[in-house]
Amino acid sequence: MRVSLFITCYNDTLFPETGKAVVRLLERLGHTVEFRKEQTCCGQMHWNTGYLKEAIPIIRHFVNVYRDAETIVAPSSSCVSMMRDHYMKAAELAQDAKLAADVESLLPRVYEFTEFLVKKLGVEDVGATFPHKVTYHTSCHSQRSLHLGDIPIRLLKQVRSLELLPLENPQECCGFGGTFSIKNPDVSSAMLADKVRTVLNTGAEVCTAVDNSCLMHIYGSLHRQRTFVRTAHIAEILASTAGAQEDGK
Amino acid sequence: MPNSSDARDAIFSSIRTALQVPANADTAAVAAEYAALPRLYKREGTMNSEALLDLFTHRLVEYDAGVCRISAENISREIARILGERGRKRIAIPDGLPPEWLPAGFDFQNASRFNEHQLDQLEGVLTGCTVACAETGSIVLQNAAAQGPRSLTLVPDFHLCVVFAAQVVETVPECFARLDATAALPTTFFSGPSATADIEMTRIKGVHGPRFLDVLLVL
Amino acid sequence: MKEQAHSPWSNRSFPEAAKDLLADSQIRRNVRHATNIIQAKRNRVVGELPDWEQLRVSGAAIRAHALAHLDHYLAQFEDNCTRAGGHVHWARDAAEANRIILELIQRHSAKEVIKIKTMTSEEIGLNRNLEANGIHPHETDLAELIIQLGHDKPSHFVVPALHKNRQQVREIFQREMHLPDLGEQPEDLASAARTYLREKYLRIKVAVSGANFLVAENGAVCIVESEGNGRMCLTLPDVLISLVGIEKVVPRYRDLEVFLQTLPRSATGERMNPYNSIWTGVHAGDGPKEFHVVLLDNGRSPILADGEARQTLQCIRCGACLNACPVYHQTGGHAYESVYPGPIGAILTPQLHQMKDARSLPYASSLCGACYEVCPVKINIPEVLIHLRGKVVQQDQKTLAGKLGLWNIGMQAAAFLFEDSTRLSLAQHLGQIGQKVVVSKNGFIEHLPLMLSGWTQTRDLRPLPAQSFRDWWAQREKAKPGAASSSSPQPSNATEKPHAE
Repeated sequence: MRVSLFITCYNDTLFPETGKAVVRLLERLGHTVEFRKEQTCCGQMHWNTGYLKEAIPIIRHFVNVYRDAETIVAPSSSCVSMMRDHYMKAAELAQDAKLAADVESLLPRVYEFTEFLVKKLGVEDVGATFPHKVTYHTSCHSQRSLHLGDIPIRLLKQVRSLELLPLENPQECCGFGGTFSIKNPDVSSAMLADKVRTVLNTGAEVCTAVDNSCLMHIYGSLHRQRTFVRTAHIAEILASTAGAQEDGK
Repeated sequence: MPNSSDARDAIFSSIRTALQVPANADTAAVAAEYAALPRLYKREGTMNSEALLDLFTHRLVEYDAGVCRISAENISREIARILGERGRKRIAIPDGLPPEWLPAGFDFQNASRFNEHQLDQLEGVLTGCTVACAETGSIVLQNAAAQGPRSLTLVPDFHLCVVFAAQVVETVPECFARLDATAALPTTFFSGPSATADIEMTRIKGVHGPRFLDVLLVL
Repeated sequence: MKEQAHSPWSNRSFPEAAKDLLADSQIRRNVRHATNIIQAKRNRVVGELPDWEQLRVSGAAIRAHALAHLDHYLAQFEDNCTRAGGHVHWARDAAEANRIILELIQRHSAKEVIKIKTMTSEEIGLNRNLEANGIHPHETDLAELIIQLGHDKPSHFVVPALHKNRQQVREIFQREMHLPDLGEQPEDLASAARTYLREKYLRIKVAVSGANFLVAENGAVCIVESEGNGRMCLTLPDVLISLVGIEKVVPRYRDLEVFLQTLPRSATGERMNPYNSIWTGVHAGDGPKEFHVVLLDNGRSPILADGEARQTLQCIRCGACLNACPVYHQTGGHAYESVYPGPIGAILTPQLHQMKDARSLPYASSLCGACYEVCPVKINIPEVLIHLRGKVVQQDQKTLAGKLGLWNIGMQAAAFLFEDSTRLSLAQHLGQIGQKVVVSKNGFIEHLPLMLSGWTQTRDLRPLPAQSFRDWWAQREKAKPGAASSSSPQPSNATEKPHAE
């Protein structure tokens, strides 16, 4: 299958390793990955902060870039939920019937990364090995918008040597919320403190999720507190293999 | 008294402007739209009568109410037993309560026209009911024969309620189906004794309503 | 009439008010304890109903339909309530509602009234107005009594005193009820309230209530409650005045079969609340001889014009969104500086004020969606929050200060970058170089300037890696045909210095 990767703006800028892992894994599974260099952002930050009008050209740009893509995969549930929950509204707001039609044709071809693996490819065992204790944070968009359910957990359970440790209140928001963490830094910090406490209580070495946005937030506190707990996007765990582990040492 | 007709006109005008609708609604169209609203929730129960009564009993027990299953010929005897156990003599009764229910040896007072001070002097109240809902453990009283006005079952601290098996339905919608014909009567649903959880979410029985509830379930 | 319409709520923004509450560890513990318990109970009893989703769908549809034809159903309610012997009054705003209620009470020369918990009366500041006019209102709901005697403000609309623990309640009761030996068990406290209020129920002849539902078809009013204080107020006095928002009407009596399933399960996690009262007008020999309904607009009708935000008025005030909200969990209700706190308050309050006040509230959410998930009438609160944020931004952009504000400039600049990938790429390169001034010795960003400074109060930020993904991809493409990626299999932050390979 020819997979068009939407890396997302913050993964592109801040977390290239996640993108590399997605490419490595999809190629390992025998698929062709393309990267359309015209891509930028899904428009979520503007939309969610109330800059609705400003989000529309960004959305239009996204739709134009991927108009003829066969399958689009993004390693971010929040960006995919932006598309599924808000793109039609944006087209309505812009009173742009053409954009609405484009969105309608595009959305069925867009997948979140783990959703793509399990629902589209039907793969749960991706042949990964990751000899670490891992806990999984359920990001808000992955559960309440995309309804991924236990898809990420099923993938993690197939990873060799991985010990999955359950997180208390896995469904509770980490407090990031994009610009929420800037507009309400104190409340956001309090929410984060609760989340980080549950992460540390698991005794895991690595906290993973399907969104680097939450992980950036969680790691921000883990690092500030000088803990040795790391964060890693689920793609990086699923792309790890026994050989690569040894190479890495 | 303020004349609120200006206010009324202003509010209706504001609503109609906001909704962009004319002053005279097309009532047939509204009714058609209402009739087409989705109603896919459970409206009919599926339990057999035994399971139904078990569920009802279970819910009442959860609410800390006393429940006894009895047969129709024993109503009077069971009432005497419970009142005796509870040590209550002066008992309020509503109009229309079957006289054959009343055992000898107690002071039953027809209290349908009592005021709250008189009611406050009594030790309990004995009534029937209109319908009961098993799923929620609720008993519904209306101002009708054997049930009386609302204050009757509110002021006394103890309520003994006679519920016939045929009055018990499974679901809330079935309950409303039975109430529909007498919907205009003052109606009280009660689900267990009065309670609050306002302090640290601890459920405490009996704040203002009756603190003790016993139910005689007549099979 | 003396008007005293000042609100007990200040005009502080949510972030400012939240800061104080976050510092109060007792309140946070109390709120956390209470919301955890209600949530667990709610989840259990909701899980019991296989048709929960269908009930939500129907509840939402009935409420939306009633709002779409609100004029029709209100007129129907008025006719039927009047026919049943009730009196219907209309109040455009808080002042008008206060005036109507005061005159009704004065007509009966009452100096005291008993009250059932109603948020609508909070909304119009009824108690302050009555007191200013020499009438003493007695709250009868246990939690409202705690709030009233403690000179406090409600922090939740189902359990208004959930921010108080038993010791704090005891102190209030000891002082205000003159009971120096009162114990601190919840039973002792409830029993003290029973004794304190029973005398008032038997003596006071005018009661004020709100209502949960008005039924258009037969003019019925429905109130749900737990303690029996509602029943006392609804049946013992001679005069009952119910103050109700115009949005509370449902078309038919049987619509209650939906809401009396979803409301108690959502609000207190009970299958049914201990008492529901339903009555129409007045009934000879049963309950008040005089019944008045005051229908309050107070900013509601304009909300109907906004197709996106109209769903706000579907609310049945169960409070489930408060209990589910991770923001509310941290701050409790007072941080919202509003009668209606929590997620629903964050969308309702600014709209009731025509977006002139409470403009920080639409931002008081991480948009996690927990509120929408539990809402029994499917109000898509996150969607409405975003919609209202859009209104706030539009308002700001109309002022010079807003236009030149950092947020607007930053967002315009970001939008400019995101419209073209070459601009984004250039910005990434500039960032990789420019960030050196903020990166600490340990390789992380520990202090950010201006509006971003809040972020680094408690968090470190990973700096931009030396190479963006798009640059890596371009490099890889150039090298083709050749070896595959040589990137590290380790997690990206496996070492203190990321991406140092």
